Amino acid sequence: MMVGGALSPGYRVARWGYVAFCVAAFVFLIAPILVLVPLSFNAEPYFTFTEGMLRFDPEAYSLRWYRSIFDGDEWTRPLANSLIIGISATVVATVLGAAAALGLAHPAMPGRKIVTALLISPMITPVIIAGVGMFFFYSNLGLAQTHIGIILAHAVFGAPFVVITVTATLAGFDWTVMRAAANLGANPLVAFRRVQLPLILPGVISGSLFAFAASFDELVIVLFMGGLDQRTLPRQMWSGIREEISPTILAVATFLIVFALLALSTVEWLRRRGASGGQRAG
Amino acid sequence: MTSQESPSVSQPPARPLWRRALGPRLRAAGLALPLVAFVTVTFLGPMLSLLTKSFYDPEVADALPETMAALRNWDGQGTPSDEAFAAVAREFVAARTERNLGRTANRVNRVASGMRSVIMGSSREMVEARAAAEAAGAATDGAFWRETMVAIDSRWAGPEPWRALEAAGQRFTARHYLKALDFERGPDGGYVRAAEVWRIYVPLFWRTFLVSLGVTLLCLVIGYPVAHMIANSPPKRANVLLLLVLLPFWTSLLVRTTSWIVLLQNQGIVNDFLVAIGLIGDDGRIAMIYNMTGTFVAMTHVLLPFLVLPLYSVMRAIPPAYMNAAVSLGATPFQALRRVYWPQTLPGVGAGCLLTFILAIGYYITPALVGGQSGQLISNMIAYHVQTSLNWGLAAALAALLLGGVTLLYVVYDRLVGIDRIGLG
Repeated sequence: MMVGGALSPGYRVARWGYVAFCVAAFVFLIAPILVLVPLSFNAEPYFTFTEGMLRFDPEAYSLRWYRSIFDGDEWTRPLANSLIIGISATVVATVLGAAAALGLAHPAMPGRKIVTALLISPMITPVIIAGVGMFFFYSNLGLAQTHIGIILAHAVFGAPFVVITVTATLAGFDWTVMRAAANLGANPLVAFRRVQLPLILPGVISGSLFAFAASFDELVIVLFMGGLDQRTLPRQMWSGIREEISPTILAVATFLIVFALLALSTVEWLRRRGASGGQRAG
Repeated sequence: MTSQESPSVSQPPARPLWRRALGPRLRAAGLALPLVAFVTVTFLGPMLSLLTKSFYDPEVADALPETMAALRNWDGQGTPSDEAFAAVAREFVAARTERNLGRTANRVNRVASGMRSVIMGSSREMVEARAAAEAAGAATDGAFWRETMVAIDSRWAGPEPWRALEAAGQRFTARHYLKALDFERGPDGGYVRAAEVWRIYVPLFWRTFLVSLGVTLLCLVIGYPVAHMIANSPPKRANVLLLLVLLPFWTSLLVRTTSWIVLLQNQGIVNDFLVAIGLIGDDGRIAMIYNMTGTFVAMTHVLLPFLVLPLYSVMRAIPPAYMNAAVSLGATPFQALRRVYWPQTLPGVGAGCLLTFILAIGYYITPALVGGQSGQLISNMIAYHVQTSLNWGLAAALAALLLGGVTLLYVVYDRLVGIDRIGLG
């Protein structure tokens, strides 16, 4: 790629340094996550590799921490709570966010910049600040320590993701097509369903995945506003880390890593599909 | 006014002009409206209530209205009038009997420490004194209370407790902000900077700023070559490398924090490894977590993708031909890098650094879990005042100051990049 031949030894050293540095950086990024996976199969209640594990002795590995997830409701209730809160918040965020994105992408939208800034603001405000405000505000409304309160909070954090991803799918959209559809006799709803919906669908799905992942991983709001009945998975992990760290947490972590991998693959797949679709259209 | 009302014959019956002009605008605005309303209620409402709480504190004023009225004419010297003694006695005794004086006493104590014990101690004896006086048929007027209260606690004969009551009774107050900036009440009731050893919040803001800056720079140093490598790899390899950045990005924050605990703790994998290869002795295990190192390492790991992704999207758009041209025109690779490549990546550097810095400055979970005592940041102090000390006014003021700082950064960001151009990798 570079002009060859006259490369100085200094350059070659720098080149190797660069590659080595990058490899180290990638190891730094990924190793801490991957190291949890084998540890979650530890037969002993330790957080480090036992000698048996290093010898690949099958006796040293077990599924006991996975079984213990389902012993009692210590982890199953938080999982159920996380799913209820996450899915509800995602539905609210997706419906409101997609509609808003359709409005924002329209050329006739008044005050686009300020409205966008307003809609994005929950995503870019440090959660600790929003969390304190929500704690005061929702307590006054009697919504602290309720599922509804947390769902509303998570929905408002999730909506910007949907707005951003859906707006991106509409970039370069030719709005005269909508007028053409209307002239051909389609009412606005039909025109939306047949023309715009297929186009924005990948954005809607990735946005809702972002929103769900954000809620699924959110802890500050839950710490401030949640009671015993609103214990979510992150909340339970928080107690697990602070109080009695049991290797069950590693099994839960592995489950969350698999979830991250699935969500990430879906979003990337959608984006690639969207990108290739765009190329075909252009 | 006239032109619209004179219909021309040749015009076909169309929708009125204003509807044709406004229709699409209204429809677009109508689509955005539900979310705008939702954000206003569920997000702006809380932010407003945060700001309000930081300067509006009606609790003492509501609990002791007569005392506050009686103190209004006091000049702040010596002791106030007998009326004030009578009012404070009436309200203390009443609140004490209803068992809600403690909250008020706590509030006053935040203005001047020691006031809680003055109020709670005096009021207990004041209840008894009133019962005794009523049994004896004696009058319980202002003069009686002045004498009784000074006898119970001689501090009532000086101005300090009265000044504290008066200050705590201000509905609109800057005291939370003053406290958040390490000012304290001096002996004369005015505010002075706290002695250096007692300053808590300004050093903590400063530490938060420095840690965020350090983490951001570390992320830039690590992230720049990484983004460059992804952007200049053949597509297949680039996709794999991108996955290595995106997986941490999508993985739960708690999972990542857990893994740093597993790796870095005393009996953790890194220490075990160092002992196993004989680099350190078993008693020389390095404390890498539950201190500033832990905060630094874990935060860098968590925030690195936020810097790599915007940088990568900028670098991907830079044609390699520029670098090749620079080199073939006689520049050394390093000159080409510095003079040709680096300037073109500046928008990505700016966007990524600002995003990382803003995220870092509000970080709470990671420092709380791996920071120990020395690795705590301002957000941990805010959470402490919300959950443990219950000093909500102070928590609100600290959060509002942080919000001010972040807003300032966004103005910079908007100037540099445009606020509506925040991407998602």
